[in-house]
Amino acid sequence: MGEVLLRVEGLVAGYATPVAGPLAFTLRRGEILGLAGPNGAGKSTLLKALWGGVKVFAGQVRKPPGMRISHQAQGFTDLRGIPLTGRELLALTGAPSEGLPPWLAERLGLRLDRLSGGQLQFLRLWACLMAPADIVLLDEPSNNLDRAGVDYLADWLGRAHAGQGIVIVSHDPALIERVCTRVVQVDAGSAQG
Amino acid sequence: MSLDLLFDPLFRLPFITGLLLAGLLPLIGMYLRLRGEWLAALAFAQMASAGALVAMVMDVPMLLGGALAALVAALVKGLMARAGAHAYALMMLAAWGAGVLLVANHPLAEQAGHALFDGQLYFTGEAHLVASVVAWGVAAPVLGWLNRSLLLAHVFPEFHRARGLDPRPRLMVFDVLAGMVIALATVSIGVMAAFALVFVPPLIASRFARSWRAGLALAALVGMLGYSAAFVLSLGFDQPFGPACALLLVGLVVVSSVKSDRL
Repeated sequence: MGEVLLRVEGLVAGYATPVAGPLAFTLRRGEILGLAGPNGAGKSTLLKALWGGVKVFAGQVRKPPGMRISHQAQGFTDLRGIPLTGRELLALTGAPSEGLPPWLAERLGLRLDRLSGGQLQFLRLWACLMAPADIVLLDEPSNNLDRAGVDYLADWLGRAHAGQGIVIVSHDPALIERVCTRVVQVDAGSAQG
Repeated sequence: MSLDLLFDPLFRLPFITGLLLAGLLPLIGMYLRLRGEWLAALAFAQMASAGALVAMVMDVPMLLGGALAALVAALVKGLMARAGAHAYALMMLAAWGAGVLLVANHPLAEQAGHALFDGQLYFTGEAHLVASVVAWGVAAPVLGWLNRSLLLAHVFPEFHRARGLDPRPRLMVFDVLAGMVIALATVSIGVMAAFALVFVPPLIASRFARSWRAGLALAALVGMLGYSAAFVLSLGFDQPFGPACALLLVGLVVVSSVKSDRL
């Protein structure tokens, strides 16, 4: 059993008012935990609550001191007109380019606004996933990815994540089932795992 | 068109001062554009011009008055980050109103007001040159230090916060730096020339550059070339520098748009 990275107890989170939880789980190094559930259940809100990105109304998130968290959020920052290359993007988070799929590795020198939505999504995902971190939080990582992208991501997660603890939020049950070592079901109103 | 004045030692100092600023302002502009805050440059410039006029009336160096007013603007911008463009618009209106009233009611402010609004950089002196050299000496390493944080704050807004780090102090350092450089440029080359050099070169560079680093270099180059051409034209045709600079840079945008569409 790997080191405990996160211990979540009775977590209720939201913005002006609570919108998600309660949620309870423990994440260990080497685990990939899936948060599954329907749209609107508050999965993304709970993911943000793990590092203090939203208001916590009840419960707590405990982690050893010095834990580095990397969070891949849903949605795109508008990068049109910003002359930033894929290589420069990876350098920002400290992510290496080794291991990228060939169809993306050969395009690293291009500006991000010259990439397709799927290529940009995979690159953003890679920049967060491979940033030096103990805990990686992925929010709907398969959005905008084609079958090849999802397959590459799933294969990579299956064989190369041992050093980290990963929490994945997804409404895609196939991805959750394929890559996660454990799944917590998040329903509107309650969550336990 | 007479170009004899170009070789007059009297105009060398203002030219070099403006050239230094024309290389620095586009760098500031690249980061303002990245953050969608280019309008803040105009607010800084208007505030600096009003501050410089108030300082003149109070018999205080205009450079100091402009810098203090821009510092206030930078702090307001940082504290009212959520208000965004609303805060910039309010600052612009307030500064413009105060500046014009001062020019209309105080004889001392009238000439200085025209210099600030028309961009008569021939009034720049040795203090402006020294300040511009110091600005380069400070801004170049500080921008290098801030580069990753500013890019991360835009591309991955959660990156620092998820690691328990607060990005706001570094963003505030950038705001203050931008305010100081734009204030210096405002009192040296005028409000609209300073704004044009913050806004236009990054617009062109962002269109053509193949990387962020190349974009910074191209923006600085466009700024310095555009400024030099505007300086020569305004001196040769005896026209105010500010409008000449603004029109020339806008012309560059139009030409580069045609070129860009054909590529």
